[in-house]
Amino acid sequence: MIVIESLSKRYGTTIAVDAVSMVIERNSITVIVGTSGSGKSTLLRMINRLIEPTSGRVLIDDHDTEGEPGHLLRRRIGYVIQGHGLFPHRTVAENIGTVPRLLGWEAGRIRARTAQLLQALQLDPAQYSEKYPYQLSGGQQQRVGVARALAAEPAVLLMDEPFGALDPIIREKAQDDLLEIQRKFNTTIVLVTHDIDEAFRLGDRVAVMSEGRLIQYDRPEVLVTRPADALVARMTGSAERAMRLLSLTTAGEAALPLTASEVGMNGITVPTSASLREVLSELLWRGSECATVVDGAGTPRGRLTVAAILARGRPA
Amino acid sequence: MSASDLMLRGPASAHGRPALRRIDRLGALLTLVGAAGLFLLPFVDFKANRILPGDPRDLAQVLPVWAALGCQASLAAVSAAALLAANAPLRLAAALAGIVVIAAALAAAANALTPPHNLIVRVAPGAGFWLLLAALGLLATDAITRMRPGPGARVLLLALFLGVALLTLAHGTFDNVSVMREYAVDAPAFALAARQHILLSLGSLAAAVVVALPLGIFCHRAPRLRPGVLSALNIIQTIPSIALFGILMAPLGALATHVPLAAAVGIRGIGAAPAVLALFLYSLLPIVANTVAGLKRVSAATVDAALGMGMTRWQTLLGVELVLALPVILTGIRIVLVQNIGLVTVAALIGGGGFGTFVFGGIGQAATDLVLLGAIPTVVLAFSAAVLLDALVELLDRVPQ
Repeated sequence: MIVIESLSKRYGTTIAVDAVSMVIERNSITVIVGTSGSGKSTLLRMINRLIEPTSGRVLIDDHDTEGEPGHLLRRRIGYVIQGHGLFPHRTVAENIGTVPRLLGWEAGRIRARTAQLLQALQLDPAQYSEKYPYQLSGGQQQRVGVARALAAEPAVLLMDEPFGALDPIIREKAQDDLLEIQRKFNTTIVLVTHDIDEAFRLGDRVAVMSEGRLIQYDRPEVLVTRPADALVARMTGSAERAMRLLSLTTAGEAALPLTASEVGMNGITVPTSASLREVLSELLWRGSECATVVDGAGTPRGRLTVAAILARGRPA
Repeated sequence: MSASDLMLRGPASAHGRPALRRIDRLGALLTLVGAAGLFLLPFVDFKANRILPGDPRDLAQVLPVWAALGCQASLAAVSAAALLAANAPLRLAAALAGIVVIAAALAAAANALTPPHNLIVRVAPGAGFWLLLAALGLLATDAITRMRPGPGARVLLLALFLGVALLTLAHGTFDNVSVMREYAVDAPAFALAARQHILLSLGSLAAAVVVALPLGIFCHRAPRLRPGVLSALNIIQTIPSIALFGILMAPLGALATHVPLAAAVGIRGIGAAPAVLALFLYSLLPIVANTVAGLKRVSAATVDAALGMGMTRWQTLLGVELVLALPVILTGIRIVLVQNIGLVTVAALIGGGGFGTFVFGGIGQAATDLVLLGAIPTVVLAFSAAVLLDALVELLDRVPQ
């Protein structure tokens, strides 16, 4: 758990971050979203003290981060930035081994961990370990950047616009991978982005910042249904807020109980992992009223009707 | 493209006559230059003693007919290779063979023109010899460039070249050629000058690296100071070397007179001290500027990532920034070393020693051969330094940014 207590950063007379307080839950993804100059990156970089706060404090698992030298703190916290920042003169394996080497791990352990991470990020260790960053595609470089940040098994991972340099299709894949990695390694992730869609896609909780202040910090559906101010409302998009809300619920969560007579009724099936937005789109396309929700094995788990979906597209 | 070129290339290729199309343009030019050297200019200059003006002699005048004809025939074969061969190793072999032939002809000419036991006459390489050497040297350089040898191969070639040159000199092949005569007059002085020359160039370079590298890092970190520092160093660079040596004589002389310790460590108004100081000052700008440029090319994201992962400032500087900037910094050091090897020659004017002693001595005595005794090793030294450091830069710059 990360506790941020009235954290501020001033540069001369400019206030970059203005008394921000928030609690970031363990094993969750928290997304800080805001326009450029909103102070979101500064806030993130004060968590690992790449930027020293002017006032306020940060506690990680009840320990004040002020209590240890900055570089030692940063070795315990993963850090991923836009454009990956891989070392061009070091191989993929050497890049990933950076922090373990700083921590004095023995060579065998570093090798094993590197191979494990490459595998987890769908890069064949035998093929990629000895390559240099320039020999990789943008998406592969980004994955190596994530592997490098996770190498020393940090409990916390900070990501500053990690997908900003990727094209849309690769970005979507990278976002899915991140969700999977978060579940796999139980990492607490704090991610900064200017992309509200990315925030809704990834965030268990979303923090909206503007002009150095934290405007609203809550679950994504609350941001849609009860925006704190006009800015949040505009950001979440009043024209498509219903759709955004639907995209936050999966078919599995919203499925109605199945009666025996309805199994395989019209042949339209949707996976439990699909969002209600996707199910609605599918029903519109097929011109149908209802669909059967099936799990990964194809077993029917419930049904969804247009009426049931519509009921979920407005504030409860 | 010249008219003759158009004639050769245009219609010939249209009618599919590849033999004509393949005539090498550089080969044609070098053949013309070489032919001019061989037929229009004297191969050697004969002087009754070292300061008399030379009496020009052609190859045919000094060598037996068979030798002169053989020499011309071999050079014609080299020219054929230069004109027609596309194979770079073959062109290189031809050029090197040509150099061996004219060197042997020079040695033979010197031996033929020098009466036995006569140490007074001088047989100097003539304009024709130099022109031929230049043409063949260019042909060899071009062939090597076409072969694109790696850094290791280039250093090996240099070592081979120097080894062969030193062996033939030690063997006495050229003992009757004027420059070697001048060497024989005072061989210990030559050894001393060589030592001084290398020490002055490397010493001032080392001192400059010690100061300029931190200064460059500092300029990189404090961009506001950068323009001031760089323009100050720029101004130093614009002072002509002779003037700078002169300017430094007065304060260093005063320092030596008033501070006994300074005099005790060898600081004097003339000699090595002002030479090293001037060379040191000249060395600062290239190294500082290249350090700044090298550090600048390290991407900000890389440095941010290094710090973000918990590397200390020093670890980031030594392990990431300087490593990535090293090829550019070494390029600066290469510039300085080659520049210093040349400038040390001028330092002889203020008693700094080095090969310049022979150059200025030769100018004073109107003895061209003595000038060459200073100039040739200076050029060889600078060339070798350039090849070695270029190879090192390329070796380190294998990883693209």
